[in-house]
Amino acid sequence: MSGFEPVIGVEIHVQLSTRTKMFCGCALSFGDPPNTHTCPVCLAHPGVLPVVNAEAVRRALLIGLALGCEIAPRSIFHRKNYFYPDLPKAYQVSQFDIPICGRGEFTAIRDDGTDLVVGITRAHLEEDAAKLTHAGGRRAGAEGSVVDFNRGGTPLVEIVTEPDLRSASDAGTFLRQLRQTLLFLGVSDCSMEEGSMRADANVSIRPVGSHALGTKTELKNMNSFRFLERGIDAEIARQTQIVASGGRVRQETVHYEPETGEITPLRSKEESHAYRYFPEPDLVPVVPDPAWVDDLRHGLPELPVPMRRRMVGEMGLSAEDAEVLTGSPELAAYFMAVAGEADPKAAANWVRGELRAQLREVGEEPWESRVTPSRMAALVGLLAEGTVSVPAAKEVLAEVIATGGEPAAVVEARGLGQISDEDALRDVIADLMDANPDQAGQLRDGKEKVIGFFVGQAMKQTGGRADPKAVQRLVRAQIGGD
Amino acid sequence: MIDAKTVLHVARLARLRLSPDEQQVMREELSGILEHIDVIRAIDLDGVPPTTHVLAVENVLRADEPRPGLPRDEALREAAHVVDDAFGVPRMD
Repeated sequence: MSGFEPVIGVEIHVQLSTRTKMFCGCALSFGDPPNTHTCPVCLAHPGVLPVVNAEAVRRALLIGLALGCEIAPRSIFHRKNYFYPDLPKAYQVSQFDIPICGRGEFTAIRDDGTDLVVGITRAHLEEDAAKLTHAGGRRAGAEGSVVDFNRGGTPLVEIVTEPDLRSASDAGTFLRQLRQTLLFLGVSDCSMEEGSMRADANVSIRPVGSHALGTKTELKNMNSFRFLERGIDAEIARQTQIVASGGRVRQETVHYEPETGEITPLRSKEESHAYRYFPEPDLVPVVPDPAWVDDLRHGLPELPVPMRRRMVGEMGLSAEDAEVLTGSPELAAYFMAVAGEADPKAAANWVRGELRAQLREVGEEPWESRVTPSRMAALVGLLAEGTVSVPAAKEVLAEVIATGGEPAAVVEARGLGQISDEDALRDVIADLMDANPDQAGQLRDGKEKVIGFFVGQAMKQTGGRADPKAVQRLVRAQIGGD
Repeated sequence: MIDAKTVLHVARLARLRLSPDEQQVMREELSGILEHIDVIRAIDLDGVPPTTHVLAVENVLRADEPRPGLPRDEALREAAHVVDDAFGVPRMD
């Protein structure tokens, strides 16, 4: 690209799925009638005092530990001052120079299998603003805006990365795998649509080979990673054109319109000191007990990126299998349970393929279906032993989905067991040769083309239960016979 | 002494409209505060962490247990404008 390289950093806001708000006991909610979860604290009535939600601290620490961040032995809250109707105190309680989680690093896996290492600048705790709706939309004559304080005070963790990303697709890869990681931690719903995860990108360009940073713009609040990637590409193109034609990029916040692909400026960015940060006098420092932090560190679940590596490296799965099977913490846990009792590769094929396909028909997910991991593993085992054929296994699976029986019992009850008993199969073939003397003659004479005929007939005779490999072998054995 | 422009900038950030007389008072009072900071700065404070809190208290945390808040009517009672069960504010788009 015309001698310039993009430099991208992202800021991610994650709403923690705690039961209550950051500084008061109001329940969190989504979609409830407006202003039904408020109290004097989150409405900023005079004289009230905030109290930190311990669970929000725990979750912030989990995020920091998962991102390899240094955990601050002592962190404090600051007031970030600005006036806007969604912020009743006229300041947001946030963290400034001593965030709870400091420098860290996150490694994602690119599609081509290479590592994408992204420095984490910080992850800090803060509170969400209320929801501001523009009454009557943008229609002319709309009188004003309205504020719903249900969301006001929701615990947020803001994660800030170093400007380590060099392409929109790397930004997308990082954000998707970060989101998965947060889902595995169980700290947030991470729903882009509902706004419980929001990402902004800081974008600048510089001549290739330069180490200085160009003037950056901030691409705001995209509600999908795909749009964010497209927005970053559009912004890179816009900046490149400005600089290539001798102009200068202005530091500003920009908006990407997915419909038209256009970038428009939002508002000139207030300088950092205009927020007049100062330590929040109403909240005392958070000093996490090192023993507690250690417990949390050791109690971290296996996270999706390392799990993917293990699936490929130790279990022999394809990179694609590993990616699909870590798609959600529930699916990963389900698959790992199956793979603990059955051949992982076969388990991966069945869980990814037939199981999900059949469950889709009935609108169920594997982990909530009657196909418990043990049942799935048992079925994979029956296949591996040759007790059932693939078509029969699919039938067994359908039965287990419908009724919840044990696979072995279903095989027994429905007579779906594969016939691999050679004497039985020899009898079937002998009968077929008696019934089809012309073809039998050709077979004895070594005519290859009739092998398929006898194998097909044998499968038909046994209702698909014959072991096709054994049948093939036994039919061939008739060549040259008399 | 800080200049009048700085006073007006701070006033604007705080959404305050100051008369010329008030601007002069603020100039003097704000300058007094800054001069006091200069006195502190003159002391050798290497290795002394800044005092952000005067209480020797840490970790005041609350269990994540919901508590009843305000009924909506009460929450909205002091609102200047109520529109669709929400706080009405000037147009913000």
